Amino acid sequence: MHELGITRNIVAIVSDAAKGRKVRRITVDVGDLSGVMGEAIAFCFETVARGTPLDGTALDIRRVAGRALCATCRSEFEQASLFAPCPCGSRQFTRLQGEELKIRSMEIEGEAA
Amino acid sequence: MCGHCGCGAKAGATVINLQTGHEASLGGGETGEHLHDHFHVHADGVAHAHSHDHDPAHVHSHAGHGHDHHHHDHHDHGHHGRRHSHDHAHEHGHTNHDEAAGLVLDLEARILAKNDVLAARNRAWFAGREILALNLASSPGAGKTTLLERTIGDLHHEVNLFVIEGDQVTANDGERIRRAGAPAVQVNTGTGCHLEADMIARALSELRPPPESIVMIENVGNLVCPAMFDLGEHARVVILSVTEGEDKPIKYPHMFRSADLMILNKLDLLPHVDFDVDRAVAYARDVNPAIEVLQVSARNGAGFEEWYGWIRRQSKLLKDTVFPS
Repeated sequence: MHELGITRNIVAIVSDAAKGRKVRRITVDVGDLSGVMGEAIAFCFETVARGTPLDGTALDIRRVAGRALCATCRSEFEQASLFAPCPCGSRQFTRLQGEELKIRSMEIEGEAA
Repeated sequence: MCGHCGCGAKAGATVINLQTGHEASLGGGETGEHLHDHFHVHADGVAHAHSHDHDPAHVHSHAGHGHDHHHHDHHDHGHHGRRHSHDHAHEHGHTNHDEAAGLVLDLEARILAKNDVLAARNRAWFAGREILALNLASSPGAGKTTLLERTIGDLHHEVNLFVIEGDQVTANDGERIRRAGAPAVQVNTGTGCHLEADMIARALSELRPPPESIVMIENVGNLVCPAMFDLGEHARVVILSVTEGEDKPIKYPHMFRSADLMILNKLDLLPHVDFDVDRAVAYARDVNPAIEVLQVSARNGAGFEEWYGWIRRQSKLLKDTVFPS
């Protein structure tokens, strides 16, 4: 259950960036091929955030589907797993997206700058 | 409290020096000596971590410099199939017509950035001393400790071997390693299901391996979580025993993709089990075309000369990287 440690990292990074300001919402990208379950992060978040500046912050987890560019037929295709072949049968590809694991943004209460 | 294995990363984690009996807590504990890491990603894109003795009154100040949205440089460099990118954080206000609009800060922060920074520090520490560090991962019971015991017995005349032993609880494996003849530090992760780079740094401060030695890191028995955490190792070895299913590589693709070498262990049991070696290797190559494969028996020593040959090649590779000719 490495998602707990990952959730702690999210809370630490955002708390640091918030510099004491109240955080209304954070948006996190979790790729389908990242090896991390978004549901598990959501499950841990409330508990980990308790007693930190992120207590009560809304968490938006954006799933990023796996996509790759086939090196054989040059078409883009969706990948449900890390090594799923292109519909043309080829396993030679360049990953385009799906391994993201990052905090995209945070929304601070107060006036927009 | 958590969904799958109830792992509480670092809760109650300890490092035990098996030579001196010295035990230290790794955070979440009550001992006054644990280090408290702080990590910052500055708006100029420089990420760094620093440690200081835990002090609740400690304050960090940052110059918060916002700047316009710019194109991010992502430097990706392959490291055994793992990608590290360097992130840039910056702030800007979105003009939002919603009356409840707040300030939106684009962070673009990689969640594992802190671990990767510490892993990079470990990697540099190893490289500067020409120490070969190997991260050994497998399911529980695949034979990691037995493999290490035999390796220590065979190689101790040739090279100084040190072991960082990761388990949730008990120092049993660490004691086995010590009896086999190698200094060992036991990292008990408590409820944690994997080792992280800061635990390795802490273990190294106890172990103090000299230049040109080899540090074997025996990770927690688990094919899922350890795959995600770079420890700063030179190479990653995944051990699969023939008593497991040959489809393990495609069931746990992250681990097999991030490994440089797959060791098929318990070869002596092959006559007694339905394990298709060729299929297991094909699955591993599906996930990771570059993976090397060795077949051994830690019980009778079959295949160990090839394993030692691989270790010697990695040592040379490391030295060539440190001092390119």
